[in-house]
Amino acid sequence: MSAILAAVLLPISIALVFFYAPVDEDGLNQKIFYFHVPIALTAYACFGWGAWKGLMHLWKGKPGADLESYVAIHLGVIFGAMTLVTGSLWAKFRWGHWWLWSERQLVLFLVLFLFYSAYFMLRYSVEPGPQRANLCAVYSLFGVILIPISFLAIRLANQYIHPVAFNRHGPQMAGSQFFTFCVCLAAMLALFAALYQFELAGKRLDARLRELRELLA
Amino acid sequence: MSAYFADVATLAGKDLRLELRVRSIVPAMLLFVVAALVVFHFALPAGSSDLAAKGMLWVAIIFTALLGLTRAFVAEREQRLLDGLLLAPCDRSAIWLAKAVAMLGFLVVAEVVALPAFALFFSGIDAATVAGVALADLGICAVGTVLAAMAVAGRARELLLPLLFLPLAIPIVVGGVGASVADEPARYLGFLALYDGVFAIISWASFEYVVTE
Amino acid sequence: MIEARKLGRTYGLRHIIRDLDLAVGRGDFLLLTGPNGSGKTTLLRLIAGLLVPTAGELEVEVPRERIGFLGHEPLVYRELTAIENLDLYGRLYRVRERRERVGMLLERFGLWEARNQRADSFSRGMLQRLALCRTLLHDPELLVLDEPFSALDEEGVALLDRELGELRPHATFVVSTHDPARLEPLASQRLVFA
Repeated sequence: MSAILAAVLLPISIALVFFYAPVDEDGLNQKIFYFHVPIALTAYACFGWGAWKGLMHLWKGKPGADLESYVAIHLGVIFGAMTLVTGSLWAKFRWGHWWLWSERQLVLFLVLFLFYSAYFMLRYSVEPGPQRANLCAVYSLFGVILIPISFLAIRLANQYIHPVAFNRHGPQMAGSQFFTFCVCLAAMLALFAALYQFELAGKRLDARLRELRELLA
Repeated sequence: MSAYFADVATLAGKDLRLELRVRSIVPAMLLFVVAALVVFHFALPAGSSDLAAKGMLWVAIIFTALLGLTRAFVAEREQRLLDGLLLAPCDRSAIWLAKAVAMLGFLVVAEVVALPAFALFFSGIDAATVAGVALADLGICAVGTVLAAMAVAGRARELLLPLLFLPLAIPIVVGGVGASVADEPARYLGFLALYDGVFAIISWASFEYVVTE
Repeated sequence: MIEARKLGRTYGLRHIIRDLDLAVGRGDFLLLTGPNGSGKTTLLRLIAGLLVPTAGELEVEVPRERIGFLGHEPLVYRELTAIENLDLYGRLYRVRERRERVGMLLERFGLWEARNQRADSFSRGMLQRLALCRTLLHDPELLVLDEPFSALDEEGVALLDRELGELRPHATFVVSTHDPARLEPLASQRLVFA
């Protein structure tokens, strides 16, 4: 566990160091890109992991899979919120607006944010037990399918909302930029892994404590 | 196999018969959709295009469907009637299919009134829109039925269903509005068919887990 | 026929049933007694397959279509008539000679006159009798009954007494009750819930 934490801190610090290395393209604004996209990709990873654990719960009946799915989705929502914030900042500095419907990634994250926030509403309105675990697992699977479907939908929607073509990805990334990007991505994923282990350990401890308390009662 | 569809027919028939006796869902949906269209007239300032109105049609459909879906499993929950269905040897997914088919019936009845009303209040309905509505209905009922069953398992069920349903309804709205509005409706209709196919499969497969306590 | 090993079931975070061992053989009559909320209903629902265990194992060697369950709710659709309700369940359970069997049961439980009345016009006693018809419709080999006498009127009690007596040699029973004296003579096993 602490090994993972160490692995997190290292890449983050390296990434920060490298940050100062590549030449600015867009000015300071482009730096946000190094955070925004890795955070977004990590959020996808969280939702994917959450859905995988949900599938494990339903299909293989693995105990604890429900909790793991929940923690992954919880972190996914946090990373998702960060995606929206960093994306919004990027949009403001680049185009002068806090929100752009033409930014497909952002819109997708908004839809997913709504979807996964409802996950928590669902989870907390049902009594803990086999049914709640099942519902959450099924919902997480719906979510992971919604991701590509929404992506397609948003693309299609832009054709009747914003007929103007919009190219988001500017010039190709230069070698050093790509490397920095990868390191940042690795750092974000490691951060997810560390937070995931941490939160999971905490929740498992809680559950164990509750169990012991009940046994003593 | 034929036993499966016999079960579906039995259960869907039961829901339709109940609705004919009680008339709690369809009249509400009819009234709601017409009222919503009137509200939209007042919500669209002068200079709003025809297209904006077409978009509003889809809002009306989604929220009318939501109204109906909220009632979908209420009796099953309040009188524990779902137990009766779960005890029976029928496949759990047959319960989903039957309920979705019944909901589809109710939604179609509401739309048989809504579409002409829309044509009357706003502008004409073309074939692409009708096709879009038909395809959208399938997706709405497939996904909505599973979500209704989920919502009914918890507290605050009437509040929960809209929250669960609306994010999943966004692609449906895109497909529907696109079909009504765009130059090439075929692409949007194809997308709706994709949505329907994908979500019908996962709804069918997952319903069993949703009703297991 | 029914075997439970260290069976557990929670509701929320509370354990309703914990570490329960049970063995019911074919032809047995297991009587459950105990105060409300002690877990009798939960055990019955577990056996009937309406709940899944959260701990331990439960084996019920009877397929769903051969289990008859009577719970706290009659599980009949209020807006359908008695005969429509039984016809519905008859179809779902693929009961052979459905119409005859439905008619026979309605008659046995004194509901033939009321067969075309909607269930929402029934008294509580009549609803319980209709529920019993539903439970017995598909000729189950395992009967899981949750306080079957509770909502019945005098006539209903007599009818059920007679039914149980007649069915006793042909089925396995798991029954919970508030009135153990009545069912004691039939019981072959007892489980007291604290």
